[in-house]
Amino acid sequence: MFKIMKKKVLNDSVVQMDFLAPFIAKKAQPGQFVIFRIDEKGERIPITINDYDRDKGTVRIIFQLVGKSTIQLSKMNEGDEISDLVGPLGIATHIEPDAKRVAVIGGGVGCAIAYPQAKALHEKGITVDVIAGFRNKDIVILEEEFKNACDNLIITTDDGSYGKKGFVTEALKELIESGNKYDEVIAIGPVPMMKFVCAVTKPYGIKTIVSLNPVMIDGTGMCGGCRVKVGGQIKYACVDGPDFDGHIVDFDELMLRNGTYKEDEENSKNHICRLTGGAENA
Amino acid sequence: MPNMILTKTPMPEQNPQIRARNFDEVTLGYTKEMAMKEAERCLNCKHKPCVAGCPVSVRIPEFIEEVAKGNFEAAYAVITSTNSLPAVCGRVCPQENQCEGKCVRGIKGEPVAIGRLERFVADYMMKNADITPKKPELNGHKVAVVGAGPAGLTCAGDLARLGYEVTVFEAFHVAGGVLMYGIPEFRLPKAIVQKEIDSLKALGVNIMTNMVIGKVLSIDELVNDMGFEAVFIGSGAGLPNFMGIEGENLVGVYSANEFLTRINLMKAYLDDYDTPVKRSKVVAVVGGGNVAMDAARSAMRLGADKVYIVYRRSMEELPARKEEVHHAIEEGIEFLLLNNPMKILSDERGRVRAMECVKMELGEADAGGRRRPVEIKGSNYELPVDSVIMSIGTSPNPLIRSTTPGLEVNKHGCLIVNEDMLTTKEGIYAGGDAVTGAATVILAMGAGKTAAKAIDDYIKSK
Repeated sequence: MFKIMKKKVLNDSVVQMDFLAPFIAKKAQPGQFVIFRIDEKGERIPITINDYDRDKGTVRIIFQLVGKSTIQLSKMNEGDEISDLVGPLGIATHIEPDAKRVAVIGGGVGCAIAYPQAKALHEKGITVDVIAGFRNKDIVILEEEFKNACDNLIITTDDGSYGKKGFVTEALKELIESGNKYDEVIAIGPVPMMKFVCAVTKPYGIKTIVSLNPVMIDGTGMCGGCRVKVGGQIKYACVDGPDFDGHIVDFDELMLRNGTYKEDEENSKNHICRLTGGAENA
Repeated sequence: MPNMILTKTPMPEQNPQIRARNFDEVTLGYTKEMAMKEAERCLNCKHKPCVAGCPVSVRIPEFIEEVAKGNFEAAYAVITSTNSLPAVCGRVCPQENQCEGKCVRGIKGEPVAIGRLERFVADYMMKNADITPKKPELNGHKVAVVGAGPAGLTCAGDLARLGYEVTVFEAFHVAGGVLMYGIPEFRLPKAIVQKEIDSLKALGVNIMTNMVIGKVLSIDELVNDMGFEAVFIGSGAGLPNFMGIEGENLVGVYSANEFLTRINLMKAYLDDYDTPVKRSKVVAVVGGGNVAMDAARSAMRLGADKVYIVYRRSMEELPARKEEVHHAIEEGIEFLLLNNPMKILSDERGRVRAMECVKMELGEADAGGRRRPVEIKGSNYELPVDSVIMSIGTSPNPLIRSTTPGLEVNKHGCLIVNEDMLTTKEGIYAGGDAVTGAATVILAMGAGKTAAKAIDDYIKSK
C-alpha cells in the first residue's frame, strides 16, 4: 500500500499528490514515470513524476481529472492509501552536458513534467527559458516553482487572461527570432502542442525532445500497447522512452491510438451508478 | 490387472456452445472414480519413459500407483517432491510432447492421461486437505529471485524448501507472471494459481510486488547492498513482435500480450473492473501458438461473431497444444491456414476495417526440416475484420541486461547461461523465457529447478 502524504488541489481539474514510496524516491530521475492503481479493480495509470524527495521518501505526481481513475484518486485524501505504485519507469531525460541554453515548454498539466526537467537543467548551470502555456488564468499551475527553476519564465494563455496572449509556439518563435540560440528544446504537453512546437523548431534545426504518454499497461516492456512510430520504426514509450526526438515522431498516429478508449472513458465518467443514483462513480 | 481400455477416460467438459461465451474453466476435471479408473491404465513400466519426458522429473508411475489405490495424499506428496505447481502443470503442460508422448500405452491406443491425473490430485488436495506446507528451518542464506512467473516461483520454492530466505521481486501488482496475465481463466483459473502462490508464501517465500528490477534496484544492488548471495533472473519473454506490415499501429490492432493482459490480469471482461478492452465483432488472430489460441478463444468469449486464426503454414506445423486447437475448433474458431497477412486496412477514422492476406503453399524444407511457406502470387484478398491480434512471439526485455554490467546476451538478446543456468556473471543465474525466448511454462519451471540446485551448490561451496 502507498500512503498519500500530501495533497494539494491546484485548480478545478488538476491535483498534486505526494506518495510515500521510498524505493521509487531513491531512484527517480527527471523524465521518468510511475504507474498507479488505486484498488483491486482499478486500471493501471501511467503518470510522469513531477518531483521527489529522497530524504522523505516521497514521490510527487500532478494529474488532470480526465477519466474515472483520476477522478477517483482526486477524491482521496492525505492518509489514504492506494494499492499500487510502481516505478521509476522509462529512461531519464538525457541532459546535454555541453548545452548552453535550452527552452523548456510545458502545455497545461504537461508543465508538471516540464518542471523537473527545467529544474535539472537549471541546476546544471544551463540557461533555461521556460514557456508555460495554459488555456486561461484559472488553470495556471507551478508558477512559483518554475520561477526558481529557470532564468526566464514566459506564461502564455490562449485568451490573454494572464501573461502573454497566444500559444506557446508563438512565444517560442519570437524567442528564436530575437536571436536566442538554443541547443535544445524540450516540449511536454498535449500531443498537438508537441507536434506544433516541433514544426516551429524544425526549420531552425533545433533538436527537440518530446515526452510521450501513450496507452500503456505494464510499463516494463511486455504488453506493447505503448508503441509509437519514431523515424519509421516501432518504439515502445515504456522502455525506449518516454522521451523521443520530436522531429521524427509520428504524432498523427499517436493521436489516433490515444483515442482508442475515448468513448469508454466518456462512458465511465457519465455512468450513472445504480447503487447511489448519482451521475458519477463513487 | 490393469485397465486395458485403449482410450483415456474422458474428462467432462463444458458444452462448446455455452463455454465459448463464458470465462469459466472449459474442462471440469476427473471425479475420484474416473481418476482411479484411469490410473489403472498405467502399466508401471520398469524403465519409466514418462519420467524422462518430464522437465521436472515427476515420479509419474509412483504417484499414479497411489491414485489407483485411492491414496491421494500420498500421490500429492510424490508429485510435490519435485513439482511446486502441480495444479498448473496438469492444466497447461504440452503433455503430448512430454510425459504422455513417451507413454508405452500410447503405442497402441492413447497414453495414460498423466496430465489429467496430476491435475486431479492437486485439485483434490486443494479442496479436501490442508496442504499448507511447514516453514523449513532457515539456513541463514539469502537469495533473490527476479520475476514471479513459473521459472522464478519454482526456483524460489525449491530454495525455500532447502532453508534459504528467498525474496521474489515482481514488476506487476500480483505474482504469477504469465500464469496470471497470459493464460486465460477458462484454461487456468486464477484462484488456483493464487493457491499455489499462497502455498509458496506459507513456505516462507517473501514476494515483493511493484518492484521492477533494473529500474528501482539493480542486480548489483541486490548483491552488494542488500546482502543476497545469489540471484535468479526469471524476468520472462519481453516485448511483443510485430510483422512490420502497414497498418499495425491502427486502432484495433493489439499484441496478444496486451489483449490477454487486459482480460486476464486487469479483468477487463468483468463490468466492475475499470480497465477497458474493445469488444470486437470480427477478429483475426495472427499466429499459431498457444498464445494465439488463448487470444482467439478470449475474443470469442468477449462476444465476437467471428474469430479467425491466420497462420502461414498448415495444421500439421501449428505449434499449439493439441487440446487447445481441438477446443478452439469446437468453439467455432475458424482456421485460415496457409494464409499470410500483407497489410491492415483502415477506415476513415484510423480504425481497422480489413486485413489483406495472401494464400500460401508449402515449398521446400528449410534447414530445420519444416517446409517453408511460399506466397501464391496474385492470391491476395481482403478479409473484413475490426480487430487484429498479433501473436507472433516476443523479443527479450532490455531492462535487466542494459543495467547489469557483465551480463552477456546472445544475438537475439537472450541471457547466456551454462548447463547450471549460471549467467556470465558470478552468482547470477537465469532461466525461463529470458534465456530461451518464448517457450512453455514447464520448461521455465525446469530451468528454475536446475538453477535452484546450482545456487544451493554454489552457496554451500563458498
